[in-house]
Amino acid sequence: MKAAVLVFPGSNCDRDMAVAFRAAGLDVTMVWHKDSALPDGVDIVGIPGGFSFGDYLRCGAIAARSPISRELARHVERGGYALGVCNGFQVLTETGLLPGALVQNASTRFICKTATLRVETSASAFTARYNAGAEIDIPIAHHEGNYRVDDDGLKALQDEDRVAFRYLATPNGALDDIAGVLSANRRVLGMMPHPERAADAATGLTDGAPLFAALADSLVTV
Amino acid sequence: MRATVTVSLKSGVLDPQGEAIRAALGSMGFGGVEAVRQGKVIELDLAAGTTEAQVTEMCEKLLANTVIESYRVEMDP
Repeated sequence: MKAAVLVFPGSNCDRDMAVAFRAAGLDVTMVWHKDSALPDGVDIVGIPGGFSFGDYLRCGAIAARSPISRELARHVERGGYALGVCNGFQVLTETGLLPGALVQNASTRFICKTATLRVETSASAFTARYNAGAEIDIPIAHHEGNYRVDDDGLKALQDEDRVAFRYLATPNGALDDIAGVLSANRRVLGMMPHPERAADAATGLTDGAPLFAALADSLVTV
Repeated sequence: MRATVTVSLKSGVLDPQGEAIRAALGSMGFGGVEAVRQGKVIELDLAAGTTEAQVTEMCEKLLANTVIESYRVEMDP
């Protein structure tokens, strides 16, 4: 079970994500954005939160064109797993590996608080340890978390059970209260809330820990 | 030569900054502003011979996110 966590200039949740992966039993390698290869045998790539490249142009836009992001795309095309959190979700939409886009919060404000999410599906390697319908408390901290996708894209997400998480009360104006979405093969998850900030009792919240534990289950049995 | 790329949010995509500007103009007493959309202008100084098609490719691949944004290219020789 090998994880790689990408590090861009301005990433600031990379070490938190590595800690959460390690706590679930994965070997973690940090990979700098200028590297042109992922370590051999990587099962999952984590794209962390932060402000890659200062959010210049659009959040995640420059990171999505980094050398390592081409390798990320190849990894996903081979059927590899990927988890993008917050800025990492923005990077995944900018690469086109997940549909839609994240625009400024409807309030125009940066929002930093604990959000209650409803787990919408347990049918993924990320959510298998939750019951569908479960409510979990996960921190959010973002300015561009307002999920947008066109009508056909939204219908596909709904019909294919690819909305992983919804906000109980949408903090940012996101379409259909969407907080996290899965790729068509269910192996790529992008979400604005930070499960890695809710994976250790020392930080006060632990509802994110089952996500990492479920990943470790799946990667063992692959 | 120079290219000027204007990037705007597609109609129908909520523009919170534009809406905040509209509200501020209203509170300052400017009446009649029915809608504000904020975009961005990107100016490119280009080597001679760069084509509009190349600038369009730059827009498609980086300068605009065509999921939510539209763009317009103006070339100045």
